[in-house]
Amino acid sequence: MKYVDEFRDGLTARLIAEQIRQEASGQREYRLMEFCGGHTHAIFRFGIHDLMPENLKFIHGPGCPVCVLPAGRIESMIRLVEQENLILCTYADLMRVPAGRSTHKGDSLQKARARGADIRMIYSATDALNIAQANPERQVIFFAIGFETTTPPTAAILKIAKAMELKNFSVYCNHVKTPPAMAHILASGEARIDGILGPSHVSTIIGSEAYAECCHTYHTPLVIAGFEPLDVLASTLMLVRQINEGRAEVENQYTRAVSKHGNEKACALITETLEQRALFEWRGLGELPDSAMQIRPEYAGFDAEKRFSIDHITADDIKGCICPAVLRGVSKPDACKLFGTACTPEDPKGACMVSSEGACAAYYSFGRFR
Amino acid sequence: MSSSDFTSGVIEMGHGSGGRSSARLIEQLFLRHFDNELLQAGNDFARFEVPAGRMVISTDSHVITPLFFPGGDIGSLSVHGTINDVAMSGAKPLYLSAGFILEEGFLLADLERIVISMAKASRDAGVPVVTGDTKVVERGKGDGVFINTTGIGIVPEGIDIAGDRARAGDAVILSGHIGDHGVAILSSREGLTFNTTIASDSAPLHTLIAGMVALCPEIRCLRDPTRGGLATTLNELARQSGVGISIDESAIPIRTEVKGACELLGLDPLYIANEGKLVAIVPADAAENIVAVMRRHPLGGDAAIIGNVVTDAHQIVVMETAFGGQRVVDWLAGEQLPRIC
Amino acid sequence: MCLAVPALVVALTDDTATVDLDGIRKDVSTILLDEVQVGDYVLVHVGYALERINAAEAEKTLQLFAELRALDASE
Repeated sequence: MKYVDEFRDGLTARLIAEQIRQEASGQREYRLMEFCGGHTHAIFRFGIHDLMPENLKFIHGPGCPVCVLPAGRIESMIRLVEQENLILCTYADLMRVPAGRSTHKGDSLQKARARGADIRMIYSATDALNIAQANPERQVIFFAIGFETTTPPTAAILKIAKAMELKNFSVYCNHVKTPPAMAHILASGEARIDGILGPSHVSTIIGSEAYAECCHTYHTPLVIAGFEPLDVLASTLMLVRQINEGRAEVENQYTRAVSKHGNEKACALITETLEQRALFEWRGLGELPDSAMQIRPEYAGFDAEKRFSIDHITADDIKGCICPAVLRGVSKPDACKLFGTACTPEDPKGACMVSSEGACAAYYSFGRFR
Repeated sequence: MSSSDFTSGVIEMGHGSGGRSSARLIEQLFLRHFDNELLQAGNDFARFEVPAGRMVISTDSHVITPLFFPGGDIGSLSVHGTINDVAMSGAKPLYLSAGFILEEGFLLADLERIVISMAKASRDAGVPVVTGDTKVVERGKGDGVFINTTGIGIVPEGIDIAGDRARAGDAVILSGHIGDHGVAILSSREGLTFNTTIASDSAPLHTLIAGMVALCPEIRCLRDPTRGGLATTLNELARQSGVGISIDESAIPIRTEVKGACELLGLDPLYIANEGKLVAIVPADAAENIVAVMRRHPLGGDAAIIGNVVTDAHQIVVMETAFGGQRVVDWLAGEQLPRIC
Repeated sequence: MCLAVPALVVALTDDTATVDLDGIRKDVSTILLDEVQVGDYVLVHVGYALERINAAEAEKTLQLFAELRALDASE
């Protein structure tokens, strides 16, 4: 596969790793946070952590939109779908995530579907529009989740829905923003991060400039890393160099897809249809200001939170679940009492174990015997 | 007897009631296409002589959606699947039964298409369908059609093939490309809409196996990596035999299109279903010869040694990646779903 | 987060591109991009083309890797 295989060459990987070992020699520790769950997955799938020297640690970040979605938001949708008999369209990633406090112990969208709720897995936001058109007599809600990579498609379908004057379609918007979450983690200082591997595809949308403020305010180097293992390794080397040289800049390793200002057309679509929320709860990070999106007044007709009376549910995490600490980079999955016993991918207690991007799932599947 | 309307007719409750329309359906559809002496005898049983020795019996129910897909349909799949389950014991499959649960309203034209396909699969494999059953359920209580096939076979003397027989040092052989069936099914499902030339690999493996077993009666294990894919089969064998398994990613045959579909949807080909492939665990010194014999068979042209069995108390499957690292190939947790992140 | 794969644009109609990923063909929306051309590689995420792959930059990145290998081979 072009632009994929060339970036997975094993020999080159070993050579870059050797360079990292040479330049990260010495006494200090290098604590690097890979913000994005996709990078966590790549690190484990390709065994990149095995190639690193002892004093270089990857700390897993909260860049997993499924992991940071408060369970209560899922619970709200389950209740709404069951009360109102509407059609809920969702990306498959959300199906098995444990929902919040519920009359049904350990509920999820999948379990609600098994009980008869009309919950449909879609691959693309456009599918939700098609379903709404095909079922004019039913209300259809699109459960929109994701960081900035996934926000533009939601913006696009809002615009199309308005142009079509669709009467039975609305969006439950849970889109979140990357720089505020990064800033929060760096500000707290809990995870003692020396450098950040920046997300690949969020950056194609928002551009490399978007991280400048974070970088300078917290004097932490950031390298935007491509998605493939050689990209991750090359970016790790770039971070090691910045740390050694005392620099704190935004560098872009993923130049083939990321520019300074990102995809301006996509950003304009977002601004046209969505606006910032004052506050939004993030699992593990608490309530963050200016960190998430809601639907603009001009598109209020397609806002599920305006069309329906949605219960605001605060759900507690299951006792013993330390997903919040894992998301903040403060604890490792295997420090959790439930890890591998009560909480497994078969029977997950927290989002970090369900999502294929979650650190706990990665640890369990790829690393539990190490 | 008047004729069933296979052009525009549908299944009605009467077709399952045992009365005239039942009899009509059976005669004009099942008896007509499955057509063998045992079935034509018209009893609720098939009676036959069996040679002395050990017999195996295996059953499988098929509920797949969509019913028709590139490379096959629920009918041919149900024939191949059960022939394969029987053959994985080293047995020669003898006979099949076929039970149908039909939903009221199901198109007779579709049923005919399925039965014709089953009959062809059965004929081509030389394993007749000798008895069967038909029931009808109300509209809404069935997904068009569910099919159960059960098969019996005779295990030759001196053969002891079972999931718990793998030993450290044995070689692991795979008969060909993985992921074809699963990708063919996904491409036909609503909502995923991608186009591909990949077709299901659904096929009966009993003659391939016969050649392998004739060459090497000491074959330890045979299993077809259906639901859950190669990864699941290897984990099952590792657990049953109490061993570990080590495989080499670059040795695993996989078509570029299948890789592409997996990348697109975020799926791992190791967990995708196959319906015309087998995994064999064999004594190391026989492996090369067995692969040579397999490669001479139309269904084993891409057979390869993909790894070996090791001692491991944890009973895990480990893969040397093409990238140069190692990763654990774990059990599948839940259904593998396309992902956005 | 955000699984996106590079795919080749083989056909264009209005706001849709047909992309090819090693023989798999899929229709994706081009509404987030201007001036997509047949022959471009685009990143595909949830049925949308997010960005064109800059072939020149990709080449530069690969060149760095090639230089590393060449250095190693000469030692």
